Amino acid sequence: MSQKELTPELSQAHQDVKKVAEGFGLDFFETIFELVDSNQINSLAAFGGFPVRYPHWRFGMEYDQLSKGYTWGLQKIYEMVINTDPSYAYLVSSNALVDQKMVMAHVYGHVDFFKNNIWFSKTDRKMLDTMANNAVRIRAYMDRYGQEVVESFIDRCLSIENLIDAFLPFQEAKKMGDKQEQAPSIEVGKIKTDRPYMDRYLNPPEFMEEQKKKMADEGKKSKRNPGEPEKDVLLFLLKNAKLEDWELDVLGIVRDEAYYYVPQMQTKIMNEGWASYWHSTIMTTKILKDSEILDYACNHAGTMQMSPGQINPYKIGLELFRDIEDRWNRGAFGKEFEECDDMVKKAKWDTKLGKGREKIFEVRRVCNDITFIDEYFTQEFCDRLKLYTYEFNKRTNQYEIVDRDFRKVREKLLAMLTNFGQPFIFVKDANFENRGELLLWHKHQGFDLDLKYAKEVLSNMSAIWKRPVSIETEVEGQKKIWTIQGHEFIERGATAAPT
Amino acid sequence: MIYNIYRDHARFRNIIKGKIKQDLKKYVTHSEMIGKKGKDMVSIPVPQIEIPKFKFGDKSQGGVGSGEGKAGDPVGKGDQEQPGEGEAGNQEGQHDLEIELTLQELAQILGDELELPKIEPKGRKNLRSKTEKYTGIASQGPSSLRHFKRSFKEALKRQIASGTYDPSNPIVVPIKKDMRYRSWKTDVQNENSAVIIYMMDVSGSMGDEQKEIVRTEAFWIDTWLRSQYKEIETRFIIHDATAREVDEETFYKTRESGGTLISSAYKLCDKIIDTDYAPSEWNIYPFHFSDGDNWSGEDTRLCMEILEQSMLPKSNVFCYGQVESRYGSGQFYRDLSDHFGKENDDVILSKVENKEGILQSIKDFLGKGK
Repeated sequence: MSQKELTPELSQAHQDVKKVAEGFGLDFFETIFELVDSNQINSLAAFGGFPVRYPHWRFGMEYDQLSKGYTWGLQKIYEMVINTDPSYAYLVSSNALVDQKMVMAHVYGHVDFFKNNIWFSKTDRKMLDTMANNAVRIRAYMDRYGQEVVESFIDRCLSIENLIDAFLPFQEAKKMGDKQEQAPSIEVGKIKTDRPYMDRYLNPPEFMEEQKKKMADEGKKSKRNPGEPEKDVLLFLLKNAKLEDWELDVLGIVRDEAYYYVPQMQTKIMNEGWASYWHSTIMTTKILKDSEILDYACNHAGTMQMSPGQINPYKIGLELFRDIEDRWNRGAFGKEFEECDDMVKKAKWDTKLGKGREKIFEVRRVCNDITFIDEYFTQEFCDRLKLYTYEFNKRTNQYEIVDRDFRKVREKLLAMLTNFGQPFIFVKDANFENRGELLLWHKHQGFDLDLKYAKEVLSNMSAIWKRPVSIETEVEGQKKIWTIQGHEFIERGATAAPT
Repeated sequence: MIYNIYRDHARFRNIIKGKIKQDLKKYVTHSEMIGKKGKDMVSIPVPQIEIPKFKFGDKSQGGVGSGEGKAGDPVGKGDQEQPGEGEAGNQEGQHDLEIELTLQELAQILGDELELPKIEPKGRKNLRSKTEKYTGIASQGPSSLRHFKRSFKEALKRQIASGTYDPSNPIVVPIKKDMRYRSWKTDVQNENSAVIIYMMDVSGSMGDEQKEIVRTEAFWIDTWLRSQYKEIETRFIIHDATAREVDEETFYKTRESGGTLISSAYKLCDKIIDTDYAPSEWNIYPFHFSDGDNWSGEDTRLCMEILEQSMLPKSNVFCYGQVESRYGSGQFYRDLSDHFGKENDDVILSKVENKEGILQSIKDFLGKGK
């Protein structure tokens, strides 16, 4: 069973939308739209957008929830697009034509973003094939070692899949460390030459052996592995854990797939904002027919809806892009503008600069959510969107509004976005207490870990590391070290921590 | 291509079933579930299974929202889901998964966990169960059931026969007479038939808690027996000093306050069997639940007599479940076990001390495969 070709009507709409998008200067990969039914879109969504994934129960669980949500009318997936070249996007066959056009316009916004945003520049654009190949390999392992065995190993790997370093792809020196990082350590004793053919003569094998031995001896002497706390815990395990070949491969697959999704998490607000900006611009200026306006408006409003206690990335992103465009059109930025105290004057500020469009294209190229908010979030914007921070009040046992100051709101937003709102975890020592145990370190930034979850994660890690695993953290201001040993979760004094 | 999601879905459901099996005791005593019984599906809330990851446990993390209100105003309701990572993980079951199982699957889990043997039915297979399958073809019917291939064939045959078919221009035009429609055929199968007759003591000493236990246990017994017989009937008798037949709802809700004459129920049960269920054709399961208080030794003797001489020979097995209550003496259990012995194959006795005891009691009753 495969996806259907577009109907002639949709093909026409596709061509129209594409032409308009190009006319606005959007620069996208070729995008292939496929028509699927609601059940297929639920399956695809469960697989994270990809038609072929390795077998795993969590996809089934995801599907179970999506299809129930759809059956009960609680939720409905409108669009989905995958970051590959060419890009694939799915249209749900039950949607009305006006919705399909809106989805197409929205998708072109996303694909332009995938292609041009710097944070996506290192992603694997052939991920469709990569995912399918990963699936083939994992299936082969399942055939060989048993589904249960492989699946429960995958469970363990997934439990730590977020312990990666989002900025690693941009650090040239450390890039794809596992293969290249080991290589230089062996080549240290080499006599350097820029003529590769001379290498064999300058560095004969015997000489290399000797050098390697020297290196190994020195390596033993060096005190700690890793030298610096390592953020890419998965990479560290790949290099140091005593695993079977197939386990290493599975761990590597989980890591690669996790890295693929990083830019999408880094740019959730921008990506959705950009796509919404363009669907709105394309639809309202060029595509909509008179008879479609009401349906479009209704649908658009639904997407942009904010509920109390929650921020909608579509809405925040769209509004912020519009705000930037407006400010750069009016020249409402820079020293002179900032220093102006007259609110009326500020509101009416207009230097006829007209660089709004240009500016937002630049922003979509260089920013991620954190820099986007940090740079462009202003007092006026915060007031207009009626944003506030809230906190949990232990006394009343409910969440309450705390502040409307734009600095506080910005700070909170940034805190939520930093490391995707997850704790910073590093590998600190692979030979903790000189017993080959693994020590992790939680870089405490004001919020404690959920120890119940931490216990489960450590227990999974210890199954991979095959020795007890500990974590150094703070609990209510006290430095603590927790260790998983067998099934027991033990608290140790922090004094034992190596400094 | 994408259809291998069903494999993962089946795998997920298996894991869930495994979880239910693990915590069967919890679910067995979970009486809310029984209320959710639909036609042949039950919906069971199972705690979300998730892959554990490092996360913050502190609720005070808070977040950003939008809307009206001043400092100190609550943001929505307390139980509302909050964004960010602020949710505490210590409240299990915050997002339950609702898992639908057929009664058949549920019975399977129960049977696996309690290692219940398959029941070997007695009697002739004389219950005719009909199933209708759309395997037939008719020359009339609604156009939604039109069988394109057969209609086309008919038209082709007619055209060839009448010489209007031209192989070089193979256009086949069906006329009304050619139309064929899918139609049903009735499939008759002979099945074993079974009846469960529930009897319950509703005298003053049987409180709500006791009834709850009976209700829960009856649900599971029903579920299991239904998985073993295609057609099953249930009858309900309540008794204090007198017995009467009632419907299911009344059975669980009635509370009388009179004395207790168990023999009255047995007499009525015996009468029902004689009138409606010929033992040669039916598998008969009388279940009696009581707190074990009978009015007099005289009546108890009468009970034994009815059981021994009339009911037992007709039934597959007679099950007596004694629900512990604050007021009951529990004498009847001792009387039965003195009379019939503990290891009697035709009379199964079980004591249910509290909700936790239900599972064991079910195993007592059904573990013999009768």
